Amino acid sequence: MNGSSYNIFNSSNYFGWSETQGVLEVIQILLPEIVLAVFSMIVLLGAVYSRKNKTTSIVFWGTATTFLLVSIFIIFRGAAVYTAFGGAFIDDLFSRYLKVLILLSAAIILMLSQDFLKRNNLFKFEYPILMTLSVVGMMMMVSAGDLMSLYMGLELQSLSLYVLASFSRDSVRSTEAGLKYFVLGALSSGMLLYGSSLIYGYSGSTVFSEIFITASANEKSLGFVFGLVFITIGMAFKVSAVPFHMWTPDVYEGAPTPVTAFLATAPKVAAMGLFARVVHDAFGGAFNDWSQILILLSVLSMLFGSIAAIGQKDIKRLMAYSSISHMGFALMGLTSGGLEGVQSMLIYMAIYVMMNIGTFAFIISMEVDGKPVSEINSLQMYSKTNPGRSMALLILMFSLAGIPPLLGFFGKFYVLKAAITSELYLLATAGVIASVIGAFYYLRIIYYIYFGENPRALDQTHSLFNQTVLVISALAMVLGVVNLFGLEFVSEIAANALVN
Amino acid sequence: MLLIDISFYVFSTVILSSALLVVVSRNPVHSVLWLILMFLSCAGLFVLLGAEFVAMLLVIVYVGAVAVLFLFVVMMLDIDFGSLRSEFARYMPIAGLICIILLMELSLVFGVWQTAESAEQARAVITPDLSQVQNTAALGHVIYSKYIYLFQTAGLILLVAMIGAIVLTVRDRPNIKRQDVLSQIYRDPKEQLKIIDVESGKGL
Repeated sequence: MNGSSYNIFNSSNYFGWSETQGVLEVIQILLPEIVLAVFSMIVLLGAVYSRKNKTTSIVFWGTATTFLLVSIFIIFRGAAVYTAFGGAFIDDLFSRYLKVLILLSAAIILMLSQDFLKRNNLFKFEYPILMTLSVVGMMMMVSAGDLMSLYMGLELQSLSLYVLASFSRDSVRSTEAGLKYFVLGALSSGMLLYGSSLIYGYSGSTVFSEIFITASANEKSLGFVFGLVFITIGMAFKVSAVPFHMWTPDVYEGAPTPVTAFLATAPKVAAMGLFARVVHDAFGGAFNDWSQILILLSVLSMLFGSIAAIGQKDIKRLMAYSSISHMGFALMGLTSGGLEGVQSMLIYMAIYVMMNIGTFAFIISMEVDGKPVSEINSLQMYSKTNPGRSMALLILMFSLAGIPPLLGFFGKFYVLKAAITSELYLLATAGVIASVIGAFYYLRIIYYIYFGENPRALDQTHSLFNQTVLVISALAMVLGVVNLFGLEFVSEIAANALVN
Repeated sequence: MLLIDISFYVFSTVILSSALLVVVSRNPVHSVLWLILMFLSCAGLFVLLGAEFVAMLLVIVYVGAVAVLFLFVVMMLDIDFGSLRSEFARYMPIAGLICIILLMELSLVFGVWQTAESAEQARAVITPDLSQVQNTAALGHVIYSKYIYLFQTAGLILLVAMIGAIVLTVRDRPNIKRQDVLSQIYRDPKEQLKIIDVESGKGL
């Protein structure tokens, strides 16, 4: 054929994509992602070519500042909806809400990590760079409007997390955690891809809006439902919902504590956002097909997360089971469907992140003789030496357990309300039972702190920043009950952007 | 038509049997060789579909790079395959059961496989006219325009893989003497070399 006679720009609709967007417009839409990606590459080059030890600290602060600036930029973007690349990238209020949450939590966790990494000889400039790239992946996930961009975002964030999990490469536990995470993550990616191929085979398109049209038809092929199930499984791996949670406790325990803190916050928000995006944007018409899967995932996660945490002796493992149980609650919100369901899920995730940041600010600083520890036993009689921190921890634990009148209670309240509105009474009952069981192990930590037997001396090496975050987070649990920091309003418009 | 049918079945049979042999063969090097045969047959299937570019890519990337890398890893790592095999045998019953269940479910799915009415049309819209453009050119056009976002992200993923490999393996070893070519070149013979006239029978 004659190459010059064929020109893509002459036949604009040739590939189902009209040439309406110029390069500048596309760059403008993707500005937050592009800024972060370019930032990470420049920093990588700069740090490699300069003296390592001096620049690392600057890189940490610079990355956190960039996260902060980008999130401010996103906040001031207004309410307009932008799409790019024929719908593969969607920037609406829903994705902006989640992106701000992801960026802020990543910035705080990055600053919390500094001290731990320095003391354990892990203070390297690659850490913030990998974190930045992972955050870019998460932002792509919550903005995905196409099965392909979904997968690319997911892989970018997961691959960075695999490396971060095994960041302490001389520790066998950390390498094992990384490897386990990698193998199971690859398995889940395989399932997701297989599901995607079935969906593409059925509907003839990978774009969510096209899939939505075919999914809304009454007669659906068994293959379509199969694809839906496989995609849901792939995403359930990422939010660590039971029965796809196996990796969570081991990875949380083995990974360096700051990485565990990161794993428990931002990626969970991104995966949950992706989940909501896929079930609403792509499979909104097949509500009955996915809601029953989600109900099962939700009930199992809540109950298993609460029951399995009871026997744990390691606080990082305990937080892993706690996060499994919390994801169950967030899934309950999603299952309820509609505006209220998505809104409750968004509120729940924001509160969950706030609580976890505070708790991990403490766990990161847990040390005995300069060595990080994570046994719950080492907290015995902590209140005798540190009444202030113990009090903050007490508030956070009560909040995690969902005891009124703390903020954590309101998260559960909204989710349960959404479930009851959609007449999922059994699901709501299971949630209440699970939160009662779950209260046991949170209260056990408080019991150790205040009424334990053999006092064990934890080091007093809490850095000022970690202490401040712990206190602010505990205060937020109390002060937030006034108006939830406006979360109700913000999450409603965000949910509105997704559902309508 | 007949020739195409025959070659399809030949390639498929070879793919299935060599995939099976990858798993069951005793020698890991043989496994990798069977894997290469499987890749080659897959490339054959792509040629039958009229996707020469993907076929060649499969041969170059998978056979040329990935499989050879596998071969290196298998030969260089000292893995006790005997003990791995006993693990394998231990989990065989449950794994087999799950396999059979999955296979039955999948056959159920593909037995009644049907696509949405709009699917063929949706696919046709994005497929360029093959009389106008070769599939390599068509791919090139979409990869650098419509799919530039995905293409760039793939680049970022590779960057992460590279950073990860370096972070997890490279070590700074300060005690090692390294060759510094520049300082070797710029050494001045007058300073480094001393010529001594040693008298015979006396020594230094």
